[in-house]
Amino acid sequence: MKQDLPPILELKGLVKSFGALQVLKGIDFSVQPGELAFIIGPSGSGKSTLLRCCNRLEEPDGGSVTVDGIDITAPGVDINRLRQKIGMVFQSFNLYPHMTALGNVTLALRKVQGMDKATADAKGRAALERVGLTDKADAYPNQLSGGQQQRVGIARSLALEPLIVLFDEPTSALDPELVGGVLKVMRELRESGMTMVVVSHEMAFARAAADRVVFMDQGQIVEQGPPEEVFGNPKHARLREFLATLADRH
Amino acid sequence: METLLTVFFNVEIMKKVWPFLLQGLGMTVVLSLVVIPLGLAGGLGIAILSSLQRRWLNRVLIVYVDFFRAFPPLVLLIFIYFGFPFLQIDLPKFAAVALGFFLNTSSYFGEIFRAGFESIPRGQLEAARSTGLTRWQALVSVVIPQATRNVLPDLISNTLEVIKLTSLASVVALPELLNNARQAQALTYNATPVVLAALMYLLLLWPIVRLLSRLEHKSIALH
Ligand SMILES: Nc1ncnc2c1ncn2[C@@H]1O[C@H](COP(=O)(O)OP(=O)(O)OP(=O)(O)O)[C@@H](O)[C@H]1O
Ligand SMILES: [Mg+2]
Repeated sequence: MKQDLPPILELKGLVKSFGALQVLKGIDFSVQPGELAFIIGPSGSGKSTLLRCCNRLEEPDGGSVTVDGIDITAPGVDINRLRQKIGMVFQSFNLYPHMTALGNVTLALRKVQGMDKATADAKGRAALERVGLTDKADAYPNQLSGGQQQRVGIARSLALEPLIVLFDEPTSALDPELVGGVLKVMRELRESGMTMVVVSHEMAFARAAADRVVFMDQGQIVEQGPPEEVFGNPKHARLREFLATLADRH
Repeated sequence: METLLTVFFNVEIMKKVWPFLLQGLGMTVVLSLVVIPLGLAGGLGIAILSSLQRRWLNRVLIVYVDFFRAFPPLVLLIFIYFGFPFLQIDLPKFAAVALGFFLNTSSYFGEIFRAGFESIPRGQLEAARSTGLTRWQALVSVVIPQATRNVLPDLISNTLEVIKLTSLASVVALPELLNNARQAQALTYNATPVVLAALMYLLLLWPIVRLLSRLEHKSIALH
């Protein structure tokens, strides 16, 4: 992680409401190149909304979202071009069931970047190799396990050579025995220097791989710090309660 | 028995009216080939526009679809054909008929496509957008191919209805199959031309019915 470089992602005073419900109440948050920021917080605290504002799947109501120095909320920005640099991995994978794994991974290369099929396929196969699915390129999503599907989802982001990848509970929809494979791919990605923001309940993964743990509650960042600090010596009562409920569940 | 054959299956008359009915069949096919692609395109357009989820646009679309699905197509045809000249609009017969059928057909196809679009989980569109596809690219590559496949039996079944619907054009004397059959019937004082036309309709529609029932069996087997 490079502290001295400008941040890859920077949120300033981010505000978002759905109707009368204010879901993000002025979020300041930045992520350095190569950093893995791990976001935790109770259900409904705004974690998904925060991630979705980072590529404007949700339009922020106020504040700014800067990616690699470009304010993506500024009028006139080419959001479709910028989105290719901001990968996103979804809880429910969201693969295209009518396309093979390779087709899923290469769609944006072909349609957005206008790459010819041979070049896109070569790039797509390289991305599938990074997630350990070289031999599944021609399989359709319904022929893959949940864990494999999620790895295709990760490869779909990686094929575009993003600057940052956002993960929204990437293992929550998986059977327990399939979680490990996805986390392993995420570890490798982190070790390769990828900048990542991960929303997840996999606390062991956070301890092992996160540079920073961020606790959100009711639309605000309540506490953040290195995992050993946040987990070992939580300062806010709400964080202590949250960690206690997690411990109860396990 | 003898009279039944001479009135309904008169071979002499069949030979005589055959070319005339064939012409009518040709018109029925041409009309179908114009109305069905236009109706499909219009229906797809309705579904695409309503997927934008703009409130006012949606209201307009709902009114359009409801109105033309509720309006009896025969009445619509008569309105357009006899009403337009009053508005100083001179519409050729074929165009008037095609317009009437288009309004009716596109609203049905619109409903079918809309159901198809709604069968595709939102997350797929979001995933596509998150990789930089425009809304249009995501619709073309992700939503439309799957949606079409999901509602294919309904699309084909409606296509079948549209071909049957073309016989209504006989009320404004467009020379399609039923119109020509009725004329031949009047000229020959014999029902044979109508029987022949019925056979032609069956021959035209039967392959589509077969296709449909095969698709329906396949989709039952899949579920
Ligand atoms: N599109 C939407 N329309 C209306 N309300 C929404 C929408 N999306 C999210 N919300 C509301 O915003 C709040 C925050 O939701 P969000 O999904 O960001 O929470 P979360 O922290 O990701 O929760 P979880 O852990 O359950 O995924 C919730 O109260 C949710 O009901
Ligand atoms: Mg969430």
